[in-house]
Amino acid sequence: MIIQAICFYLFAAITIASAVMVISARNPVHSVLFLILAFFNAAALFILLGAEFLGMILIVVYLGAVTVLFLFVVMMLDINVAELRQGFLQYLPIGGLIGLILLAELVLVLGSWVITPEAQAVARAPIPPIDEVSNTAALGNVLYTDYIYLFQASGIVLLVAMVGAIVLTLRSREGVRRQSIRTQNLRSREQSVEIKKVQSGSGV
Amino acid sequence: MLEIGLAHYLTVAAILFTLGIFGIFLNRKNVIVILMSIELMLLAVNINLVAFSVHLNDLVGQIFAMFVLTVAAAEAAIGLAILVVYFRNRGSIAVEDINMMKG
Repeated sequence: MIIQAICFYLFAAITIASAVMVISARNPVHSVLFLILAFFNAAALFILLGAEFLGMILIVVYLGAVTVLFLFVVMMLDINVAELRQGFLQYLPIGGLIGLILLAELVLVLGSWVITPEAQAVARAPIPPIDEVSNTAALGNVLYTDYIYLFQASGIVLLVAMVGAIVLTLRSREGVRRQSIRTQNLRSREQSVEIKKVQSGSGV
Repeated sequence: MLEIGLAHYLTVAAILFTLGIFGIFLNRKNVIVILMSIELMLLAVNINLVAFSVHLNDLVGQIFAMFVLTVAAAEAAIGLAILVVYFRNRGSIAVEDINMMKG
């Protein structure tokens, strides 16, 4: 129990500290790297909770794909770092005020929150004991039966996102030399090869 | 204090969500950090979903966290594509300049 508490406080502290660094780092590249750290520790929190599959998905999909995509874009854009910092202090008071109000409201909700004991009885998909069915298998059992339509809809969402990203960023650039197989094949021998009789000793 | 329960995870998620909101206000010049703040808020929502799922012994929370991850990945892809196009057209990524699109 004490080890669990130590792990929780460690992971939670690193998550929050790196989240602070994400929004306050001077360089966007550092922000992305701290975002990776935050997500990694959040995945550790998930595993601590017993949601191993989600923790691993967070590492593989989020760290492996999404944050690296962020990193690519940040490094691809030529950004003036000093210019980005203008107005940082200007928005600090209003942002801090709104953040504090929101945090206070969340704490108020948390403090007065009581979960009725009957809530466990009406669970739609109770978690099976971990020594019988693993977390991944249990998730699959629910996802591919009760939530199969939502699963397919999320596949469509990803497809639309992919098509949208390609449509947005694709452009036909001027002045790029491309291979044209049709014109290559349409060339005849007369257009391309010329035989010249060269007298010996006189050059072409 | 040493007994880690639902409230601990909800507190972490609440702090993360607040940091996400705070980041949006703080970085008005930088769309990339705003997108990252949105990712932080989605992560906070996911922590909430998973914590409630484990506490209430119901798998549906984890299923929904997976769908949130899917939508977040799609949102990041589209957002970054828009960002790249915007930077290509304007040469900057400041949010305040985007209002030139209105009439």
